[in-house]
Amino acid sequence: MEILVCVKRVPDTSENEISVAGDGKDIQRDDLVYSVNEWDNYAVEEAIQIVDRAGGNVTVVTVGGDDSEEILRREMAMGANNGILLKDDAFEGSDGKGIATILKAVAQKSKYDLILTGAQADAGAAQVGGMLAAMMDLPYASLVNKIEIIDDKKLKIGREIEGGNQEMNEINLPCVLSIQTGINEPRYVGIRGIRKVASVEIPTYGAGDLGLAASAVGVAGAKVKKIDYFVPVLGDGAEMLEGSNEEIIAKLIELLKAKGGLK
Amino acid sequence: MQPVLISPSSYLLLGFFPTWFFSFLIPVIGVGLFTYIMAKRIAPLVKAAPDQRFDRIPERMLNVAKIWLAQWRQPRYMLAGVLHILIFAGFLSLGLRSSQLVIIGLKEGFVFPGMDGLLGQAYSILKDLAATWVLIACIIAAVRRGIYKPARYAVPAKYGHDHTAEAVFVLGVISTLMLSESLFEAAAVAAQVQAGAHAEFIMPLTLAWFFKVILVNASQPTLQALHIIAYYIHDLAFFFFLCFLPMGKHFHVITSLFNVFFMRVKTGNIKPVKYGINEDELDKLESFGVKKLEDFTWKHLLDFYTCADCGRCSDNCPANAVGRPLSPRFISIKGRDKIFKNYPLRGPFLKSQPLIGDIYEEDEIWSCTTCGACEQECPIGIEYIDKIVDLRRGMVDDGMVPQSLQKPLGAIGKRGNPWGKMEKKRAEWALDKEFAAQCAVKMLDEGDQADTLYFVDSISSFDDRMQKIAQATAKILKAANIDFGVLGKSEKDSGNEVRRFGEEMLFQDLKNHNTEMIKECGASRIVTADPHALNVLNKDYSGLPQVEHISQVVAKGLEAGKLRLGKVEDESKVYAYHDPCYLGRHSGVYEDPRQALDAIEGLRRVEMLRSRDRSFCCGGGGLMLFYEPEEEERMGVLRVKMAAEAGANVIVTACPFCLVNMEDAIKVAGLEGKMEAIDFSELIAKHLVQ
Repeated sequence: MEILVCVKRVPDTSENEISVAGDGKDIQRDDLVYSVNEWDNYAVEEAIQIVDRAGGNVTVVTVGGDDSEEILRREMAMGANNGILLKDDAFEGSDGKGIATILKAVAQKSKYDLILTGAQADAGAAQVGGMLAAMMDLPYASLVNKIEIIDDKKLKIGREIEGGNQEMNEINLPCVLSIQTGINEPRYVGIRGIRKVASVEIPTYGAGDLGLAASAVGVAGAKVKKIDYFVPVLGDGAEMLEGSNEEIIAKLIELLKAKGGLK
Repeated sequence: MQPVLISPSSYLLLGFFPTWFFSFLIPVIGVGLFTYIMAKRIAPLVKAAPDQRFDRIPERMLNVAKIWLAQWRQPRYMLAGVLHILIFAGFLSLGLRSSQLVIIGLKEGFVFPGMDGLLGQAYSILKDLAATWVLIACIIAAVRRGIYKPARYAVPAKYGHDHTAEAVFVLGVISTLMLSESLFEAAAVAAQVQAGAHAEFIMPLTLAWFFKVILVNASQPTLQALHIIAYYIHDLAFFFFLCFLPMGKHFHVITSLFNVFFMRVKTGNIKPVKYGINEDELDKLESFGVKKLEDFTWKHLLDFYTCADCGRCSDNCPANAVGRPLSPRFISIKGRDKIFKNYPLRGPFLKSQPLIGDIYEEDEIWSCTTCGACEQECPIGIEYIDKIVDLRRGMVDDGMVPQSLQKPLGAIGKRGNPWGKMEKKRAEWALDKEFAAQCAVKMLDEGDQADTLYFVDSISSFDDRMQKIAQATAKILKAANIDFGVLGKSEKDSGNEVRRFGEEMLFQDLKNHNTEMIKECGASRIVTADPHALNVLNKDYSGLPQVEHISQVVAKGLEAGKLRLGKVEDESKVYAYHDPCYLGRHSGVYEDPRQALDAIEGLRRVEMLRSRDRSFCCGGGGLMLFYEPEEEERMGVLRVKMAAEAGANVIVTACPFCLVNMEDAIKVAGLEGKMEAIDFSELIAKHLVQ
């Protein structure tokens, strides 16, 4: 099975103190450390496991600058066979649809049986996978937390439903799936692994190579524009439950149920 | 002197068959079989990874004299130890006699050169005594093993069947040797006495003497029969035993001498990835660590052969005590059984398969805190830490790292500390206004110069609670009039656990970075309050000045009169000092912290039952704080209960990780208000008199 996994380089939330930049349009990016988007990492692990079972190749692709090459190498150290970097000044400032347009162009350059994306990335929009599927006219399932191969035409996939329920579906190949964390336990990638792939050639394509008009992507093609970015004012925080112990317990259970913490 | 009984070398069985034929055949078959078995046993050692064990010969000889010959570690378990010493000393004493007996079967009255005079008579008494004490020791040992069954010999169901039968069987074989040797001699002496001829002196109350007393009135044909039968029972038992030794735990009878000679002579260090490969050649290695049997070094395979199944390692293993899926004893036993299976005595050798998922499981290998209690206890020099680390290197290389450890490892790679905190905040503990007003700390990364570098390490730099240890340490250094500074943002995690968790290349990066920064800062002396940093800088880094722990600095300062400590703040408190593994066992610092505490006037201190080199790990430091083990309870909880049993209400540790574990354990054990934990530096800083 030929699998394309779309990945993104993002600031590592657990290792950074995120603050909003002075212009209010972005976060402070000095002193940040970056890594591969966590959901994407699960997607790559899943792709590698599928190829281990069914054969084929895993290709990881990202839209970004030269810095993004490091995450492609990391995922290749993990076991992905190929990496593709999509880099062009014209890509900068793309909205979700712009990114999906770029990815569609690269996905159509070869024949992939399966395209995986992370369920979401740092911006939390969770839109690229669905858009990509729609543009390519492929079936799509989101928040996938289980993949079984039925045959070379079909997959059986599990989806996580609100409240912790599980749904199982059959889906025709080729298709696009967005992967939820927890679908597997991604393997560790050590410094040694990354060094081993340090000199592997990674092809880079720009808008021209992909046959994309500069006006369809980047700032020029963006129909969604960020206009503000801020940390919300802290609310009161705690809600104090009052009454007898029994009443407090009853209210607490009700609250937990309402929030999906209890079934 | 004409012997009354016919010797096995001239006896004719049923009047026509010369028994010397057996005297010839039994040793030839025995030695032949033994040589064949040993060749099969040596094969995996030849195929194993290289090791360097021919350095430091004088120390190795000393180990042989002390640990092997003098059985130094045996009495740590008194009854078992004394029994073992008796049997071991008996074996050494009887070796000569057994060899003599083999030859007597072919040459009547054979004695070794020099053994025909007074020396021979003295030896004759010694061997009669030895045979007697060995038999008594075997009987006690068999009763102990078979009836009282000490808990540490139990075999949990997942590790297979009970080993009592083998142990008792071997005690039976040894007893047979003792009985037959004594009977052989006693029958001859009884016959001499009956005939009024000269008889060898037999030490009264020995086994042979009892036989002689019983047999002195027996008929001569009976004595003759017993003499011959006893001889061949001994001969058969002797060669059977020789060939049986390499089949199981009694292999140690042969291998322990070598194993002790080759045992670890340094403490606290970790073996290189591969002996003979320099650190700058590591990238060229195809594979890292131990993945299959032959990836172990030959010494580590020899360890497997040598394990006597005594269970002392596991009895002292904190991971085993709290129900983690690790028992060092079975690391060895499973390894040994795997060698036996893959290198069978008959048929072709089997192809090696990955060990993880076969005889070892991932959680088992991650469960070890590398505290070193097992190695400290092993009476025959078996190592575990390097094996565990090598297995982890293999798992890291194959990506098998628990999710709970991937984050901190990644963060160390990116930020130099496992929490992923900003580098520039590493020395923020020193900038606290109240503290800075009392004790200014020089920042060597910002151009300050100092004689002494205080290496803080990650946890004391970033953890809110442990920053108090850093501040206390700085106050002590200032009080001792030591010109010191810290590396601030230039310092990265020392990597003690990074290396011990198998991420060698990350460790190499940390080591190279820190070494460069330390050398650049120009300090000529290094001090730390973190024993993990102390250990790794001293043992796994190179080219740095000797690093001292703050307790050593305090002890020296007190002795030189540079530091003075006042009266104890609270006289109602009873203190127990907990030896951190990396300060005690791995660095050998036991007395300095105790002397320093005792210098606080009026401080009441008790010792826990498990202290000094038998200290009990609190749960492990560094990356171990992040690992989520399967366990029934926490090591720290057991430890605080030990302190309570000793009558203490304050545990003094000298390691930030111990403090984390103790403080958590006090809460988990429900001892809040009854027990508290404090770091050595904090306690000393509180009692400083200017």
